[in-house]
Amino acid sequence: MNWLTNFVRPKIKRLVQPREAPDNLWHKCQSCSEMVFHRELEKSFRVCPHCDHHMRLPVRQRLEILFDNKKWTEIELPSVAADPLKFKDKKKYSDRLKEAKSKTGSKDAIVVSHGTMGGINVVIAAFEFSFLGGSMGTAVGEGIVAAAELAILQEAPLIVIPSSGGARMQEGILSLMQMARTTVAVDRVREKGLPYIVLLTDPTTGGVTASFAMLGDIQVAEPGAIIGFAGARVIEQTIRETLPEGFQRAEYLLEHGMVDMVVHRSKLHESLVQLLGLLLHRDPAAPVLSLDSVGRKRRRRKKEDADRLLASPPDPSIPDESLFESEGDDGSDKS
Amino acid sequence: MHFLEFEKSIAELEGKISELRHMSDADGMNIAEEVARLESKVDKDLKATYSKLSPWQKTQVARHPDRPHCLDYIGALVANFMPLAGDRNYSEDHAIIGGIGRFRGRSVMVIGQEKGRDTKTRLKHNFGMARPEGYRKARRLMELADRFGIPVLTFVDTAGAYPGIGAEERGQAEAIARSIETSLNLRVPLISVIIGEGGSGGAIALATGNIVLMLEHSIYSVISPEGCASILWRDGDQAKAAAEALKLTAQDLDRLSIIDAVVQEPIGGAHRNAQATYQNVGDTIEQHLKNLLEVEGGQLRAKRRDKFIAMGRLSDS
Ligand SMILES: [Zn+2]
Repeated sequence: MNWLTNFVRPKIKRLVQPREAPDNLWHKCQSCSEMVFHRELEKSFRVCPHCDHHMRLPVRQRLEILFDNKKWTEIELPSVAADPLKFKDKKKYSDRLKEAKSKTGSKDAIVVSHGTMGGINVVIAAFEFSFLGGSMGTAVGEGIVAAAELAILQEAPLIVIPSSGGARMQEGILSLMQMARTTVAVDRVREKGLPYIVLLTDPTTGGVTASFAMLGDIQVAEPGAIIGFAGARVIEQTIRETLPEGFQRAEYLLEHGMVDMVVHRSKLHESLVQLLGLLLHRDPAAPVLSLDSVGRKRRRRKKEDADRLLASPPDPSIPDESLFESEGDDGSDKS
Repeated sequence: MHFLEFEKSIAELEGKISELRHMSDADGMNIAEEVARLESKVDKDLKATYSKLSPWQKTQVARHPDRPHCLDYIGALVANFMPLAGDRNYSEDHAIIGGIGRFRGRSVMVIGQEKGRDTKTRLKHNFGMARPEGYRKARRLMELADRFGIPVLTFVDTAGAYPGIGAEERGQAEAIARSIETSLNLRVPLISVIIGEGGSGGAIALATGNIVLMLEHSIYSVISPEGCASILWRDGDQAKAAAEALKLTAQDLDRLSIIDAVVQEPIGGAHRNAQATYQNVGDTIEQHLKNLLEVEGGQLRAKRRDKFIAMGRLSDS
């Protein structure tokens, strides 16, 4: 607990202001192949307006959706040994780390933050998938432990939002041990009678699913999110059968008893606030951030944008989402 | 309106009334008077019939297709209802509804069997016959409620737990047993309402409340009258006799102190005036809940356990 002082006086890293979206980018939806105007995608929190596909969300955009007034405080996480096994595959792990850091601006694949939701103080630990596939090594473990301890210190509910391929292979056995470690951490929150809520987002697989991510008092999932233990490819190769339709999707898990509810991104804030209110016996609070009004405005904006941009057709050569969507060598244990 | 066999005279009267209403333009005054006369006769007949329903007739009322079901009570009595799904093990069982919401301003966990209303929903809810997953979900939600000090309300309405190969393989009996055990261990108020059929183990899995309420024309029994007749009479047609013998009516069970109170139904049964039924049930729950909330958790648990351990014991006094 030598870094507990960080909690008592957490460094305010960032009080976030709404970001400016690039003006004339188009994005191709992976699910329906429709072109979506970039700004519109930002407004809908990366939900495709044509097919409702929930695209992966960079961690801070995720926090913007959840916290009241888009305001939160991030805490500085304790340092960990950078490359404990001096691991090297095709690339040095230390180089991969460096690249991920500069690409994401994050120290590792998790951000721990606190703020209010519907006026209720909450701690949120959220994964950054674009940091080595959100894989869980010692730093991520440290993040979950820190979040749990912060929740206990503040007597606040803990919300963990995994988006992770699983354990980080480059940290070997140490990353496996994070499964046990994070389990203790979230159990301590539950022992204090504080709500522990897991919001499963795309993808949640491997060792992350098989530890803290399946232990919530309430399990919420985003539509279409892949949630499972072994990767679909591994299963298919092992059993030599075609997998059922929708296998490992959030809705499939709902039918198989693994999650409580699948909640559309536009309803996330409202639903979580309502849940917390019920669990904590609070009176219903008016949602501070109304995403519905965003949705209503969306249609109008869409038309305006379309009119304005008729002159400039989409440029398919601009890669953007692909950076986030396909991590070929993300270092996680899911195959 | 679906009429039961003993409601023949009422069905005829109401048929006449609706015929008259269609002709009302033709011959104004007399028809209005006739309708009023017939309506008051319907009221009288309903009152007379429903005040002395036989156990077998009550069985039919309890199973009436228009009778309010679990989801109807939730819709009427629970605000902000958030369904919670799954046993975290095998499946989501739609035969048992579970979730958190607000009953008259207070957080509650609601659990109950849902039979479904039409072919599609009946199949979805498996006619209210739960599999082990349903009872395991119930148990999980009761434990969740216990952790957060949230009272539990159960609405019981099932012909019984689902008899099937898969259900047996996955431990139907164990799942029911654990559900009973968990119910009896809760340190939060547990109020159970038998709203229709309380069929055997599948019912008691959700019915060991601090307070067990029964609607006036609901039934609660170790076995269905038909099942009992075919086993003991070796003749399924003796269901009527079995229904008498089993003492399955709310009034019988109140007399035997198996339940704590009977909730009155509107004249002609809950299905004739669902709103009034929700109101009665809601008011009765609220009144008991208020009392139970005064009691400390350990005491709630102890009293519930004492109550059930004494069931069937000869009283000393
Ligand atoms: Zn799309």
